[in-house]
Amino acid sequence: MGSVTSPAPLEIERTESAEEVFAVPEPDVPWVTIVHNDPVNLMSYVTYVFQAYFGYSKDKATKLMLDVHHKGRAVVSSGTREEMERDVQAMHGYGLWATLQQDRK
Amino acid sequence: MPGHFEPIPGGGAAVALDDVEISIIRSLAVQLLELIGPGPAEDASADPLAELFAEGPSEPPSDPVLRRLFPDAYTDPEVTPGPREEEERRAHSAEFRRFTENDLRAGKRENALAVVRSLDALVAEGDSVAVLKLSPAESQQWLRTLNDLRLAIGSRLDITDEDDTDLLYRLPDEDPRKPMVMAYLWLGGLQETLVTTLMG
Repeated sequence: MGSVTSPAPLEIERTESAEEVFAVPEPDVPWVTIVHNDPVNLMSYVTYVFQAYFGYSKDKATKLMLDVHHKGRAVVSSGTREEMERDVQAMHGYGLWATLQQDRK
Repeated sequence: MPGHFEPIPGGGAAVALDDVEISIIRSLAVQLLELIGPGPAEDASADPLAELFAEGPSEPPSDPVLRRLFPDAYTDPEVTPGPREEEERRAHSAEFRRFTENDLRAGKRENALAVVRSLDALVAEGDSVAVLKLSPAESQQWLRTLNDLRLAIGSRLDITDEDDTDLLYRLPDEDPRKPMVMAYLWLGGLQETLVTTLMG
């Protein structure tokens, strides 16, 4: 294959590892998804949803669920407004009570 | 095993249900379907493209159950906004609703329909106690529908905080809410055990 030249660098030779991709910090955009407490939703179910939809670890999902339960609310994700609308829609699909807002910290 | 989901080796879940239990879940799922209503597809639109681009409602539903299933996306219940913010949130919630509520209704409808279908397939076997076996995908549909059913009943029973749930356990037998409360608590057990099968 020596006669074939490749004028442009090949995309696949970039050496970005999976870890580096996941280590990219969350974009600094001030919107958050908030899940509110609801006496009907089971604690186990809420934990499951946080794990299944957001891919959070069991520990992180449990901590967020407990925040919802005890404090009445928890910020479960942050990002652009479009991303948060997607998350809120997904939470409503699961039957969780979620809203989004700009994070005015 | 009755009233308890158990994991199936290789994925999915199983539960034994008798005739009465099957008819209770089926009847509640059908009521949920009636409440959610037919999709735009059943509104006799001749043009499938028009249906694809059909916008949903912009106002919250008047029924409290539907308001709980399709809440405002921009209204923080703990914050009392000023008039200008209030107007902004209302407008954003309305816009969100127009673009999402039809899809959300369709998803909940499909899940509830899947529940009805799997129960109907069971009845066809003709046993007084049947074992319902769910694939992993069906488990997801059942999980969400069980949750929607509990939200619907919880809303009808006016359960708004944890104390209300505690009261339900102590209702006297003659209370007219008793049958609904029994169903609510039983569905909670079903959902709890189904979640457990999925958490592995």
